[in-house]
Amino acid sequence: MKFLVSRFNPDADARPYMQAFEVQVQRGMMLRDALLEIKRLDESFAFRHSCGEGVCGSDGVNVNGTNKLACITPVSELKEPVEIRPFPGRPIIRDLVVDMTQFYQQYKAVKPWLVRNDPMPEQEILQSPKDRDRLDGLYECIMCGCCSTACPSFWWNPEKFHGPQALLAAWRFLADTRDQATDERLDALEGPYKLFRCHTIMNCVEVCPKGLNPTQAIGHIKNLMLKNAV
Amino acid sequence: MALNKRRFDALIIGAGGAGLNAAIQLANTEARVAVVSKVFPTRSHTVAAQGGVNAALANVLPDNWHWHMFDTVKGSDYLGDQDAIEFMCREAIPTVYELEHNGVPFSRLDSGKIYQRAFGGQSQNFGGAQAARTCAAADRTGHAILHALYQQNVRARTHFFDEYFAIDLIRDDEGAILGALVLEIETGEPLLIEAKATVLATGGCGQVYRTTSNAHINTGDGTAMALRAGIPLMDMEFFQFHPTGIAGRGMLITEGVRGEGGYLINRDGERFMERYAPNAKDLASRDVVSRAIVTEVKEGRGVGPNADHVLLKVDHLGEDIVSKRLPGIRESGRIFAGVDAVHEPLPVFPTAHYVMGGIPTDPYGRVIVPQGTGEEIVPGLYAAGECACVSVHGANRLGGNSLLDILVFGRAAGLDVIENLKENRNHRPMNESSVEAAMARLTRWDQKGDGMPVRELRDEFRKTMEDHAGVFRTEEIMSEGVEKLKALRDRLPEVRLHDHSKVFNTARIEALELENLFDTGISIAYSALMRKESRGAHSRPDHPQRDDANWMKHSLYYRDGDRMEYKPVRTKPLTVESFPPKERVY
Repeated sequence: MKFLVSRFNPDADARPYMQAFEVQVQRGMMLRDALLEIKRLDESFAFRHSCGEGVCGSDGVNVNGTNKLACITPVSELKEPVEIRPFPGRPIIRDLVVDMTQFYQQYKAVKPWLVRNDPMPEQEILQSPKDRDRLDGLYECIMCGCCSTACPSFWWNPEKFHGPQALLAAWRFLADTRDQATDERLDALEGPYKLFRCHTIMNCVEVCPKGLNPTQAIGHIKNLMLKNAV
Repeated sequence: MALNKRRFDALIIGAGGAGLNAAIQLANTEARVAVVSKVFPTRSHTVAAQGGVNAALANVLPDNWHWHMFDTVKGSDYLGDQDAIEFMCREAIPTVYELEHNGVPFSRLDSGKIYQRAFGGQSQNFGGAQAARTCAAADRTGHAILHALYQQNVRARTHFFDEYFAIDLIRDDEGAILGALVLEIETGEPLLIEAKATVLATGGCGQVYRTTSNAHINTGDGTAMALRAGIPLMDMEFFQFHPTGIAGRGMLITEGVRGEGGYLINRDGERFMERYAPNAKDLASRDVVSRAIVTEVKEGRGVGPNADHVLLKVDHLGEDIVSKRLPGIRESGRIFAGVDAVHEPLPVFPTAHYVMGGIPTDPYGRVIVPQGTGEEIVPGLYAAGECACVSVHGANRLGGNSLLDILVFGRAAGLDVIENLKENRNHRPMNESSVEAAMARLTRWDQKGDGMPVRELRDEFRKTMEDHAGVFRTEEIMSEGVEKLKALRDRLPEVRLHDHSKVFNTARIEALELENLFDTGISIAYSALMRKESRGAHSRPDHPQRDDANWMKHSLYYRDGDRMEYKPVRTKPLTVESFPPKERVY
């Protein structure tokens, strides 16, 4: 199977270029396996990866124009030649490795931790199964970055727009009945950019390897803002 | 060019559950703390833990920490230290509540309390009916915990060095640890981090085997750094093969599947665990189930074109249970085995999963080494989590006790560092020769020429480990294995990097990891060869019995001369009566 892989070594290259590799495909082969084969052919090829089973979120790449997690993408589903590029819109460090600093900063900006003002009980804070169900589809985010780096609004304003990943995290805490910072969280999302740059293009939903729905989460935040404003 | 240097009160190497739970204790003090991780923290392998964390909360069935302690001692095949086990089982309860307060989205019962499921080796009332002790967030408990701990560290403004690789510990002539030399992966520049206390929390080493549930990053970095600093590794022969990896791939299928009612069948559709463990059946301890599966396959009752695996039946549980309690497993089954667990059984076979052994510590995370007739603390050095050996797992770890171990002892280490810093207000003088030695480990890879590539030696090494230090171990297989491994080790100096670039050079990282795999893997094989008994995960068909008279003792492997020493098991708990060794049946 033919792969075209984006290469860039800042020590040697002025700009990224595509390099072709031929990889012997095995049954059940994932894209990460193919990238590892390419690395066997050329050890200087760099990409991030770790768990190999879609939970650590390291190996997001752009495949034939779509952001995907390499370790859970079967090569049999991909059109040849498979074009593999780094995530769009992020500064390239080397080959498929991009600088995700801004993505992480946006995540941190939404204060992604449980805020509890009441004194903690001796045991667990109680939560009904129904209330806990509200977190399904939110807490599973693996921060791979497939969504935010597929979002045109994030491409244009990565310093001002939180992006789908961070907003999904924001809603994860707003939706948590244990959290007691709803007003502060909503206030912090005010303004034209942080939340409201989302134009419901829904690239995030399309690419999320965990099947999560940041657009819907953003909609929930907007609804809650309206409700609280009344 | 002068070496860049930074000074912190405490340095934590590794940002999984142990490292982050140590860091969060320290973040709430005045101490200056650095957390170094070779990957962004939420990529650490704690993220992959599925089933849950044990604590005797008694939310579902009656329970108490003393029963949990009994099960853990028995599960350890009486090699675990009972003081440490008592400490862990007592601490489990406040630890899980603290996690919940930190935001972990545990699954819930109708009462609003944390959901708990049955796991292998758990009993009520010291060996009675099955207990339900494993606190779970669906089958993504590790992910839920790791993210919550990272989030709390972000809140507390912990200083992270993301994507920095630790090369070696720095120590002075008295053996005190002064910090570590690390490498910034992005720039390729080394950095010397001086610290009054250093915590190794680098996780496991499953990558020493070819087929493993462990991530690419689990290369035994901390254990190898300890060995190179002259510290022995304890009980490394005890390596857990998880019974249910996806056949041929190694990805994990949680024990929680069997806890929820799934069971194993062979070619004839027989529920074979009934023969091996009449009471506990599929929820017998992991070593027992793994050996049963390998035996079924060896005796020709395997499934598939090559009759090389067995099946894990889940479909009778119904779509509701599977999608509510085991959604991640359904996903993994679909992706990696092409099977929807709701309709078809999953093909499974044991996979290298967890090292019970590690860097010897006391229950406060302090690294301890033999000295004269007793033991002494290595000044300035702590270890916690899978890279450490307290020892709470002994010869076999129970499911749900690894998340518990990393959290309890990560926390304990963090708290002890706080005390330690009160007494040790100044940095010890730097030891330049130790820094030079660590730099040499890095510059060695600048050598050019036509040597063997890293991957070639790595492949041979991992295959040899798999063939010679696996589930069943005879003298013949083991001694041949150790010779082969030593011969491979002799070839390490011939290995050359072909890529000498600086920026994000992953080939260089893999070369440094290869050395760690060698040091850690050989400690496993060598310790295994020397132990002439069967105990827990260490199964010797040529020495089929447990031999308490000669072998109820901890192994200590030293890198220098591949030397072994032994020390007694601590059978005296903190406050309760000791559990004397008994035959271990499930």
